[in-house]
Amino acid sequence: MSQERDAGVADSGPQGGELVTRHRLSTRLWHWTNVVTLAVMLMSGLMILNAHPRLYWGEYGANFDHAWLVLGADDAEPFPGWATIPAHYSPADARIWHFAFAVVLVGALALYLVWSLANGHLRRDLMPRLAELSPAHLWHDIVDHARLKFPTGAAALSYNILQKLAYGGVLFGLLPLVIVTGMAMSPGLDAGLPWLTVVLGGRQSARSLHFLAAAGLVLFFMVHMAMVVLAGPINEVRSMLTGWYRLPREKQP
Amino acid sequence: MSAPDVTRRRLLGAGALGLSGLIAGCDRINAAPGVRGLLEQVGDVHRVAQRALIGRTALAKEFAPADMSPIFRANGSTHVADPAYRAELGRGFAGWRLKVGGLVHRPLDLPLSALQALPQRSQITRHDCVEGWSAIGKWQGPRMGAVLAQAGLMPAARYVVIHCADLYGGRPYYESIDLIDAFHEQTILAWQMNGGPLTEAHGAPLRLRVERQLGYKQAKYVMGLELTDSLAGFFGGKGGYWEDVRGYQWYGGI
Repeated sequence: MSQERDAGVADSGPQGGELVTRHRLSTRLWHWTNVVTLAVMLMSGLMILNAHPRLYWGEYGANFDHAWLVLGADDAEPFPGWATIPAHYSPADARIWHFAFAVVLVGALALYLVWSLANGHLRRDLMPRLAELSPAHLWHDIVDHARLKFPTGAAALSYNILQKLAYGGVLFGLLPLVIVTGMAMSPGLDAGLPWLTVVLGGRQSARSLHFLAAAGLVLFFMVHMAMVVLAGPINEVRSMLTGWYRLPREKQP
Repeated sequence: MSAPDVTRRRLLGAGALGLSGLIAGCDRINAAPGVRGLLEQVGDVHRVAQRALIGRTALAKEFAPADMSPIFRANGSTHVADPAYRAELGRGFAGWRLKVGGLVHRPLDLPLSALQALPQRSQITRHDCVEGWSAIGKWQGPRMGAVLAQAGLMPAARYVVIHCADLYGGRPYYESIDLIDAFHEQTILAWQMNGGPLTEAHGAPLRLRVERQLGYKQAKYVMGLELTDSLAGFFGGKGGYWEDVRGYQWYGGI
């Protein structure tokens, strides 16, 4: 079935213009949980970063030490109220939001991974096939994306390789990294799991990587939004809300 | 190229509108006591999980002298205005006493020399400020557990309240820890830092080091230890200056 879709053979499968089921309930629930969770995590995280907007490599780092990144002007908080939770300066409140939603983030990710492993979503839909990873195929997809040429008909039912790499990168790269680096900043956990900071190159390195992983998630979000808008936002958002997706019609030459 | 441009502009406009509504909404949600209580309850999972995972005895990482910060940042109170404190500072804390009281069998009144005469623990550890920065320094002093054992705890004792000499923002600084941390191997009453006596900026003559928690728990200018069964009767009732004034977590392990 999916082989046919990949090959673009649409004779026996669904046709362009048809309404088809696209996203499973588990995917849809996780997606919208993430919308809320990641927004809260990012905005409360920026408030926490406001308290000391300097980033270092290594185990220690404070005002007298060399920072690889200094955000904002002297003593000014770099992130304005519209970008933070809460809007007024309060790292204490931000921590309450950050830690509560950290539990949601980890719990939802774990549930989604277990569920998607069990129902075959990971293997069938997200795992890149060997042929897809060939330079020629990758280049072809990059060129198609650059020309804003998106798959139509049944081919639009499966993720293309750039989607698979982006989603896989978030699922198995950025999200685990942001979680592990967050854990490594906890002095309590560091006592019980000292390898955390060892692996990450020290607590301040973990803090820097936490910031970079969050920045990566923001970048993913921006590209994701752009692709949704370009691919037809109503159809895309409907499919993520209800599961139903109208297959784009094949262009007549 | 013009079509995506239009959609982008529309998207930005809608985004800005939604955003301003969200900001107002977010701060209202942030201030709602029910929401705050729920968030704090969910967040408390971290404390429970950490206590279960790392146990009572896991040690904070200790470092080599070469790993130490060249300059250890002094934060919070760096000066104590109290005249009695200033007089003691001037004469090397010769008349200073650590008072240990509350739910103990033998209240103590210990000069600095008595603390220096107890078995000493020396440790090079990382100090993590809640703001995000870290500094590595060397601390020395007797274990808090040894001092508490001298006083003899009553069975009802659950917390150690640490009274301090400084005012911060006009209010007395204080902190508290539970008995798990009070009797932890690395929890010491440090009178030495980086090989010399504590300076005023770092909490002379005595500073709590509770190494598995954040910087605001490391109370400076320690004057007394008070054993209690509840934190409710002390100052704002949340167990510490920053806990009372700003709502930081009492458990500073996260």
